[in-house]
Amino acid sequence: MSPHLTEIVIFTVLFVVVSGMGFVAARWRRPTDLASLHEWGLGGRNFGSWITWFLIGGDLYTAYTFVAVPALLFGAGAAGFFAVPYTVITYPIVFLIMIRLWSVSHVHRLVTPADFVRVRFGSPTLALLVAITGIVATMPYIALQLIGIEAVLKTMGVAGSGFLSDLPLIVAFVILAAYTYQSGLRAPALIAFVKDVLIYLVILVAIIYIPARLGGWGAIFDGAKAKFEATPAPNDGYLLNANNQLQYVTLALGSALALFLYPHSVTGVLASKNRDVIKRNMSALPAYSLLLALIALLGYMAISAGVKPIGKDVNTVVPQLFDQMFPDWFTGIAFAAVGIGALVPAAIMSIAAANLFTRNIYREYVNRTPTDAQEASVSKVTSLVVKVGAVLFILLIDPQFSIDLQLIGGVMILQTLPSVALGLFTRWFHRAGLIAGWVAGMGGGLLMLYSIANPATNHAHFGGSAFPLANLGLDTKITVYAGFLALLLNLVVAVLGTLVARAAKAPDGPDGTRPGDYTADEGDQRIKEIDLAGST
Amino acid sequence: MPDDKSDRSPWYWLLLVPVVIPLMTFLYNADEPHLFGFPLFYWLQIAFIALGVATTTLVYRMTRRRP
Repeated sequence: MSPHLTEIVIFTVLFVVVSGMGFVAARWRRPTDLASLHEWGLGGRNFGSWITWFLIGGDLYTAYTFVAVPALLFGAGAAGFFAVPYTVITYPIVFLIMIRLWSVSHVHRLVTPADFVRVRFGSPTLALLVAITGIVATMPYIALQLIGIEAVLKTMGVAGSGFLSDLPLIVAFVILAAYTYQSGLRAPALIAFVKDVLIYLVILVAIIYIPARLGGWGAIFDGAKAKFEATPAPNDGYLLNANNQLQYVTLALGSALALFLYPHSVTGVLASKNRDVIKRNMSALPAYSLLLALIALLGYMAISAGVKPIGKDVNTVVPQLFDQMFPDWFTGIAFAAVGIGALVPAAIMSIAAANLFTRNIYREYVNRTPTDAQEASVSKVTSLVVKVGAVLFILLIDPQFSIDLQLIGGVMILQTLPSVALGLFTRWFHRAGLIAGWVAGMGGGLLMLYSIANPATNHAHFGGSAFPLANLGLDTKITVYAGFLALLLNLVVAVLGTLVARAAKAPDGPDGTRPGDYTADEGDQRIKEIDLAGST
Repeated sequence: MPDDKSDRSPWYWLLLVPVVIPLMTFLYNADEPHLFGFPLFYWLQIAFIALGVATTTLVYRMTRRRP
């Protein structure tokens, strides 16, 4: 009999209960008709403060985050703590940007960030680029959620080797796919409630119980300090050093800017009822950042507790720590929290990717005048395809590849910032300039990532996001976040391209929005359906 | 008409504070002083979360449209 039987039973029971909720969610806040993207894909665009808080919190702070951030501190120390300043600075930025996106999307009934670019710059090409960037960046992110579940399954000993070992993972994702198909965004919104309660419970217990067993916080930090002082690696340590401070800062800023460009964050925000809901949430969501900071420190607790990852998979550090420290029944709850934690973002991400496909590829290039029901059914089927793709990714390809791809995805999504985020404030840029900027940023970003080696993971290329300035021929050991440099390049080219396009009198696309659209609120006049066919 | 509503307000400049401060590593990249066993690097960055909350809450209250 498995020594993990109690854990497995509790994990399974909670998982089944939550899956049941996923199916029931279709009846929750029941609309007259679920067959439109506003209902299936955005939950009726009517979520209040509480639901939005759980939904966006469950969406942004994913199972992967909970497993990977402590693993980063476990391996590299202080550099991994960037997640904290990152999630602090993101909310004030978003406060300014996302309320404008919400307003303009409310007036024009937009569903995706690419929809906005389409109306704002009148360029199907630019919108297509934004949509493809979003889909490509989101796919590996969904796959990573599976890694979160897998780390837990491995620790429980149910994912070993052979074909059958993948069965629990496949079953979990089939269930997820089925209820997302049926209930749309209402499913993760309802499940997020359970997920977050479980996560808060587990972490609260962990930060009181584990330090008490390990001799207090002082001892935990001393243990981490001793570990990093003993290693020869130059870029770990329990404080930052002269060479990685700029990387720390640019990574935090770049990630903060990227966060709300991700389609799944936009989906979460657009589902809210009015501007006040979003503003209030920008003050309330940092509660999750506090949680994240404490979770990050689980990595140091693991060092003090002498946890050894399973194989070379550092993502098993946190599950292993729980397994070692907690009684079996509570470990079961903790594992369920991580497992369910993977379901919420995976569902929202697949919905967001599906909406991008439907609105900006299917609608633009296949069927120009779809009915609401057609749009919804295309999205539902696409969400299934996206999830099957994610499972195949994990099963057939080395999981490390998904991690690398997610890293690349962050750099890529950042390249939509000039069109989406700056576009919300100014129409100064020319569509040709923005396209040129996107191409330059994307190309430059990929080249930089390609050139980054990481001897520790035996990578000659794509070894991380810390770009050594020495690669540009500068005589320094300082590293900078590659996405940040790529974004600068993108902006410079977009500005130059705009000037050139103006000088050459290249035709610019029409702007379908008015200034007042960016400050409109619930109850303000809506435009029933934007005329996408009218502009080119 | 919604078109006449402007959301410009000087209060929004205050949001720069919680964006800029957490990016200044010299403020917190040190071991001492400790707080509850936490080195400065960790407790001060956690404290910035509170700074962010305080600022966004203040700006929200000051820019709220009164019906």
